[in-house]
Amino acid sequence: MAMNAKSTVLLQREPFDVAAEAAKLSRGRADIGAVVTFTGICRGDEAGEPIAALTLEHYPGMAEAEIERHVAEATQRWPLAGVTVIHRYGRIKPGEDIVMVVTASAHRQAAFAAAEFLMDYLKTRAPFWKQVEKASGKTITKTWVDAKASDDAAAERWRAPRRKQTVE
Amino acid sequence: MTTKLRYFAWVRERVGKPEEDVEVPAGVATVGELMTWLAGRGEEYAHAFENPKVIGVAIDRTHVQPGAPVRAASEIAFFPPMTGG
Repeated sequence: MAMNAKSTVLLQREPFDVAAEAAKLSRGRADIGAVVTFTGICRGDEAGEPIAALTLEHYPGMAEAEIERHVAEATQRWPLAGVTVIHRYGRIKPGEDIVMVVTASAHRQAAFAAAEFLMDYLKTRAPFWKQVEKASGKTITKTWVDAKASDDAAAERWRAPRRKQTVE
Repeated sequence: MTTKLRYFAWVRERVGKPEEDVEVPAGVATVGELMTWLAGRGEEYAHAFENPKVIGVAIDRTHVQPGAPVRAASEIAFFPPMTGG
């Protein structure tokens, strides 16, 4: 099944260029028929209140390893030609990108599914923690974002056992 | 046995430090027992580990369950539920 996927995982403070990353995966190749890109962006509000910024803390070393493990799993589960994941850390303002996933495959189904799988796992298994910064006049409050049960449920559905068709 | 402990997000804030080296007592065999022991080290630890069920743990950069043995670990990390992506 594996198409010898080219995979890249990067953690960085700096912004990234999704279009450039997508182009890198498919450039010069005629076996890729589908590229899916997902970008997670910092919203300007949290629970109806405006926010000044998000700060993302991560566990260096483990974050890369955990994402790489899931990229490897994705390439086992779907026939992917390439995967790129870039996750930012540090202070990020509303409207700025936080994370991107690009998946490339011969056909769209694998690319869509793998991108969704990777995002669902990034949300619940990659060691990142978001802190919201709100400004009210000169007072700045910082609060840690609570994990969402809906994110756990989204990741859990990928764990349903894949039954192998066996012929007796 | 000296083990490096690392703390992240609000666990780090409550403990008051990002990491430390500790001598894990001989009677502490699992991650769950280690959290119970840590909670007894002072007010800040009691606060950080007041609800161990919500705290995630990684041994040498791999997620583990509370029953995981701590003997062979060189680095153990404690953190709240993850909120990346």
